[in-house]
Amino acid sequence: MLLLIQYTLVFASVLILVALGGCFAEHSGVINLGLEGIMVIGALGGALMMRYAPDSFGAFGIIISVVLAAIIFGVAYSSLLGVACINFKANQTIVGTALNMLGTAGATVMVKAINTAANPDDVSSTIQYVEEKKAFIVNIGSFEFNWFMLIAVIGLVAAYVVLYKTKFGLRLMACGEHPQAADSVGINVYKMRWAGVLISGMFGGLGGICYILSGVSEWKFENGVAGFGFLALAVMIFGQWKPSRIAMAAIIFGFFRALSNVFFGFEFLVNLNIPGSIYNMMPYIICLIVLAFTSKKSRAPKAEGIPYDKGQR
Amino acid sequence: MIKKILKNDAFQSLFASLICIVLGIAIGYIVLLFINPEGAGEAILEVLKNFMHYSKTNLQIKNFGNTLVKTAPLLMCSLSILFAYKVGLFNIGAAGQYCVGICVSLYCALALGMGWVPCMIFAAIAGALYGAIVGLLKSYCNVNEVISGIMLNWIALYSTNMILMNVKDSTSPYTYHLNIDSQNAILPTLGLHNLFEGNERVTIAIPLSILFAILVSVVLDKTKFGYELKATGFNKNAAKYCGMAEKRNIIVSLMISGAIAALGACFLYLTDYEQWSCTSAAVPATGFNGIAAAFLGGLNPIGAIFSSYFIQHITVGGSYVDKTMYCAQISDLISAIIIYLCGFVFFIKYAMNQLIDKSEEKKALKAKAIAEANTQEGGDK
Repeated sequence: MLLLIQYTLVFASVLILVALGGCFAEHSGVINLGLEGIMVIGALGGALMMRYAPDSFGAFGIIISVVLAAIIFGVAYSSLLGVACINFKANQTIVGTALNMLGTAGATVMVKAINTAANPDDVSSTIQYVEEKKAFIVNIGSFEFNWFMLIAVIGLVAAYVVLYKTKFGLRLMACGEHPQAADSVGINVYKMRWAGVLISGMFGGLGGICYILSGVSEWKFENGVAGFGFLALAVMIFGQWKPSRIAMAAIIFGFFRALSNVFFGFEFLVNLNIPGSIYNMMPYIICLIVLAFTSKKSRAPKAEGIPYDKGQR
Repeated sequence: MIKKILKNDAFQSLFASLICIVLGIAIGYIVLLFINPEGAGEAILEVLKNFMHYSKTNLQIKNFGNTLVKTAPLLMCSLSILFAYKVGLFNIGAAGQYCVGICVSLYCALALGMGWVPCMIFAAIAGALYGAIVGLLKSYCNVNEVISGIMLNWIALYSTNMILMNVKDSTSPYTYHLNIDSQNAILPTLGLHNLFEGNERVTIAIPLSILFAILVSVVLDKTKFGYELKATGFNKNAAKYCGMAEKRNIIVSLMISGAIAALGACFLYLTDYEQWSCTSAAVPATGFNGIAAAFLGGLNPIGAIFSSYFIQHITVGGSYVDKTMYCAQISDLISAIIIYLCGFVFFIKYAMNQLIDKSEEKKALKAKAIAEANTQEGGDK
């Protein structure tokens, strides 16, 4: 039972972080379908940092440096989305999809190159971080507290405050609702959208490193992040683009994702004799059902997905 | 004359695609240089050479056949994606519909012992129904088709793993070979294999996929149905106002799209070229590469034939690189870069038109100035 709660909270943290990323991008008017790719690249940054961080850093140093590396990689990668969608008015769906494919392919090529350079016989795309992972985990009894749970909560509060209580957040949201109106009162729409995209890169990268630290102690980059970027977008839609609701939605989705990891620990679930594949499918099926009921009256930012053109009326 | 060609939309699409390819390969080369500068040139040539890697002609032809065998499903996936895109839908669920096609065709062939025709028909129906889910959710519940598509991809993957578990040996993760006791499910070659040095995998799938490309092109450009679909894509509300059933159009187009993707799966798996691994952790990449092929082909069914071949050519070529230095995924990287660059096609075309307009304007001004000068001279006399 404790294990279920633990996994639920870890997966919920991933979903909260990434969904907040999507939330910032969409409030500024850019649909970020590339979150999945951003997660992979953020995870790559963090994993490389874990591998090369000197031991002298200590537990605290490792946490800070890994988090920073993930953020830097995520932000840098999301700028590819910004350039294409904001400055060159490219189709946001295509670019987002391209970023997803590029993220997995790029990370695999890079990790394999590093592995093969170290040992010519090693052609795997795996990075191991058994020791370094321990820095992120605090054992409270048999419950493993993961620092990312705290980071997710901090991110959530920060996102709420920034979006609703600061000038910047309100301006950002104006750019997603009616960019022409925002421009007419002197807000630079392009700058605001860039801010939205870069912030989403930051959250995406954080979510990525959190995801690969959630379960096992090595990561095969060929597998990517198993649709978590898109699950997070579903969480965001279910949460109606509001941070507080996103948190609730994330816990529900996190629960079903956790169930597929730990269902064999519950006797009555094992006795039902349902194949493991069904549990694997569960989060995605729940997601579809939830979307079917919540998308109809969605409160999506009105101008999302439409490139801003100054000359347009 | 040259200007006319330059202004031609088809030429501009071709030009933009070529720029994407050249830049994609160049960036791929730079990545290789970073990994290991010694063999980078050779590696990128291997990717581009693909079957020319072999020195014997008969081996070259045989491997050319293998590339073609894998091009057929890719072409079908890209047709599936571009068909839906003409209706304004981004069918990223093609990968899942392809997966469903694999599941149904292999199950019909291996467990139920059907021939290839019913296998293909059932697969197409299953793909269409799977596509219809996306369509229903989109038109009645306003669910973004990209997100529902991705969710359905994962559901399709796990279901396929679960169902095909019944048609495999307990010792191997792969499904049975078709040529053992389901030979009537293998697509006929009609003598095509003789053209490729007796490569039995070369079947009617290849000409059929090209036929489908032509069919899609005719349906989209020459029929009332295609016109309605395109109108729905341009402006849903306008289409509704004109009395077109826009909801039905969305669902029907996704059903057709799903059926095409599922048929693509039959075109590969019913040749016995590949078996499904029941421990797969991701949907086959063909569905996603189809996106690259569709956009690289300028969203034109005939263009898709060439772009699909190119994408498959470099994907297979990636397996020939020197594994002690590089990995085969370098070609995935190149196709991903190409898709990213395809996002800029609109801008490239816009910039080209601007350049042409500017030079024309200059010429017109010059001509005007000369004409004015002439008239003034005339006045003086």
